[in-house]
Amino acid sequence: MINIENLTKYYGDLCAVDHVNFEIKKGEILGLLGPNGAGKTTIYRILTGYLSPTSGTIKVENDNINEHLMKIKKRIGYLPEEAPLYHEMLVYDYLNFVADIRGVNKIDKNNTLHELADLCSLNEVMHKTIDELSKGYRQRVGIAHALLGNPDILVLDEPTSGLDPNQIAETRDIIRRLGKEKTIIFSTHILSEAEATCDRVVIIDEGKIVADDTIDALRKELNEQSFEIIFRKLTKGN
Amino acid sequence: MENIKHIFKKEYKAYFVSPIAYIVIFVFLIIVGWLFFSTFFLDRQASLTRLFTLLPVTFAFIIPAVTMRLFSEEINIGSYELLHTLPVSNQEIIIGKFLAAVAFIGVMLAPTIVYAISTAFLGELDWGPVIGGYLGAILLGGAFSAIGLLASSLTRNQVVAFIISMAICFSLTLMMDFVLFFLPNSIVGFFQYLSANYHFQNIAKGMVDSRDLLYFLSVIFLSLYGTGLILQEKK
Repeated sequence: MINIENLTKYYGDLCAVDHVNFEIKKGEILGLLGPNGAGKTTIYRILTGYLSPTSGTIKVENDNINEHLMKIKKRIGYLPEEAPLYHEMLVYDYLNFVADIRGVNKIDKNNTLHELADLCSLNEVMHKTIDELSKGYRQRVGIAHALLGNPDILVLDEPTSGLDPNQIAETRDIIRRLGKEKTIIFSTHILSEAEATCDRVVIIDEGKIVADDTIDALRKELNEQSFEIIFRKLTKGN
Repeated sequence: MENIKHIFKKEYKAYFVSPIAYIVIFVFLIIVGWLFFSTFFLDRQASLTRLFTLLPVTFAFIIPAVTMRLFSEEINIGSYELLHTLPVSNQEIIIGKFLAAVAFIGVMLAPTIVYAISTAFLGELDWGPVIGGYLGAILLGGAFSAIGLLASSLTRNQVVAFIISMAICFSLTLMMDFVLFFLPNSIVGFFQYLSANYHFQNIAKGMVDSRDLLYFLSVIFLSLYGTGLILQEKK
């Protein structure tokens, strides 16, 4: 469904993503893993249209990102790392604004917002300003932002970072539930979480792909049971 | 078009939830009120000329305060990433923000209509220059807003954005007065044409000339276009 072809991104002289190729199938939950600075966020930013690639391209069902960016943006819900939000806005106003931009029609809008507030447990904070919220609530507003307009692709950059264990479990549930009908690409540093949720993982290090397979296949290939050790071996953690 | 409306609504509301709007309007009305009334009764004339004569200078430091946050703040806290990955184009974002700033300036100017009404009670007020003055004020406000938006897209620091746009707005306002002393007559006309104050005063006399309209519209267009290029360059 999503084809990433020879994607390269330079920031000045620094090569953040180096000729990366991989594919995400429809309905798949793909874990994009790698140490900090490996280039995960850069790939997301290119996929969501925030950055443009130095060379290479991304295709979403034959639509090239350089030509059909607006069409692709409509299909993608994006949660950036540490969801940076408008501090002075009320949660309700913010989600209302995003719903308008995403073209949720007026009749459905109230229902959609209610359902999302339930799904992300935002009911108590809908009429608070965003800067009053705790980290966990902000993250959930970010997830609600990503889900608005019912996009069929979700891009979640560390959706569980900074959350407490209960919230992590809740978020993981939400991801798994959504994964039944949506294509999801997400990253995390909690490897057990990747094991529990992902259909397949792509591991990158210093902008290059070092593994692209199911976790079970990686175990067999490297003859090692612990996914943590596999990860560290592949990304030169030792 | 729909998206421009949504961005406009969001930005316009954002002005009034933060204290900055009220502070800016307060300061603007005090300055303008003082400049207007301090000599009003000495002039013994029922006209708003004093109000409009000094408006460009006042605008040159008030409007940068209105526009400085429009992009800088978003780039700084990172919400620009969220906004930009929604299905809106750069042009829609820029035009929506620009219109919100102009609407805010309209709100800021609205209370000064009281001056016009009370002046009309005191004598025969010629409404031509008054209407011209307000039209000119909106055009001038639009031009300075567009410049402010351009400065705001350049930096993540609001203070830097404020100083850059204030410097440009002041130069455009005072250009005519400065160059008059130094330059030969033959090229004064050229600088006069670049001066925002010159074009504004023409309109404020009540004569709406296409040359003056064209000047303001081109400043607006060029600044917004430049803003688009800078945002594109950031990708």
